Amino acid sequence: MSDTHTPSSCSLACTVNGRAVALEVPAHALLIDVLRERLDLKGAKRSCDMQVCGACTVLVDGAPVSSCTYLAVEAEGAEILTVEGLSHGDTLDPLQEAFIEHGAVQCGFCTSGMLMSARALLAEDPVPTRERVAHHLRGNLCRCTGYSKVIDAIVACGRRPEARA
Amino acid sequence: MLRPFALYRPTTLPELGDLLAEHGGDAAIYAGGTELLLLLKEGLIRVRCLIDVKRVAGLDAIASDDGAVTIGATVRHRAVEQSPLLLERCPLLAGVAAHVANVRVRHVGTVGGNLAFADPHSDLATICLAFDAAMSLWSRGGERQIPLAEFVLGAYETARREDEIVTSVRLRPWPQRTVGAYLKFGVYERPTLGVALAVTMSPAGQVSEARLAVGCVGPRPRRFTDVERRAIGATAADLADAAKPLADATAEAVDTVDDLHGSADYKREMTRVFVRRAVAAVAARAAGREFDERYAHAVVV
Repeated sequence: MSDTHTPSSCSLACTVNGRAVALEVPAHALLIDVLRERLDLKGAKRSCDMQVCGACTVLVDGAPVSSCTYLAVEAEGAEILTVEGLSHGDTLDPLQEAFIEHGAVQCGFCTSGMLMSARALLAEDPVPTRERVAHHLRGNLCRCTGYSKVIDAIVACGRRPEARA
Repeated sequence: MLRPFALYRPTTLPELGDLLAEHGGDAAIYAGGTELLLLLKEGLIRVRCLIDVKRVAGLDAIASDDGAVTIGATVRHRAVEQSPLLLERCPLLAGVAAHVANVRVRHVGTVGGNLAFADPHSDLATICLAFDAAMSLWSRGGERQIPLAEFVLGAYETARREDEIVTSVRLRPWPQRTVGAYLKFGVYERPTLGVALAVTMSPAGQVSEARLAVGCVGPRPRRFTDVERRAIGATAADLADAAKPLADATAEAVDTVDDLHGSADYKREMTRVFVRRAVAAVAARAAGREFDERYAHAVVV
């Protein structure tokens, strides 16, 4: 049988940053709006709104997606990780530490997307080359840092054994 | 912002067929949504419902039979990039998939969606033409196959009828002793130009079959069979020498249009430049050498 959703009533049960969440959302709700407006997670930024800039990147079952162009209902049953879920309390993720150490942040608007994208890469390739990092970050735009320090941070993080989550 | 719509999620082709019959032009077929959701957000198209095809059984497989390879419509670019079958049988396609858009689009966007959307600025259609691709379409009336070259009618326009869906694309892997290259160029998110070239060498070391496709520069990608024929019989060294005349012949024959990526004349010139480079790449690979030239704002696969 078809699982038919109507605009007003879609149930969405998923895990967000390790916490079980159950919501009613419209079929046309975008994941970024559910995260920002319903769950008050403001880490994912709406910027280009067309899957080019990467500021809205979150992980859905480990895969980076543009939450600005992704229906929330697609996340049914999935584990969503946003930048708010990277740290454990006051303990930052090694990737966040590496960004700080390498000065990979200026205005910070792209940073949460960069971190999420990089987290996905390190899960797949724990010790990536600079070329691999640059290729992977093609869809994450930064208008301040010039990318070098971001790449430095990710490469350095990959070399730390404790970072290979 | 998206306007409200209903979302249907059929799990079988007959259910999908019923929904298409019921909703017709009020519905849009939805897979990855990487193109569709952008159009909906911009208000460029308006529909009452989306029909999600991702749960329809059997559309997400990559399989081989009778020497052909079939990629299901809902297979993601990421799966093409990583498929052991494609890495073995159509490695250049897997290589091109690794450079489609960005990693987020590759995780979500589908092969069927990409081809059915027929954005002229797309790598997939161009490389698939070099594999003699044929589209499989399904409707309640039956199935049909149509060559990709005839499926894409123009910019954002295909031969798919409103009651049909794309179920798969079928490729003819290249025979033994085939070398190929794909070069893409552009400074924007989408490619400004894509060139796919492959040559099959005879045991005596001469080109026995050539495939040349150019995309993105005009309303639809196309093969250049006249240019392909001129390459027949060439050795690797001949090919290297013929890079300029083959590129000139392609540039003369290509249909280019003005758009935000540049003028028609500019694209004709870039076609000349990149076909020449593609021939050089393939000539080097046919001679058993690495091709390690790199060009600004370009990817060599």
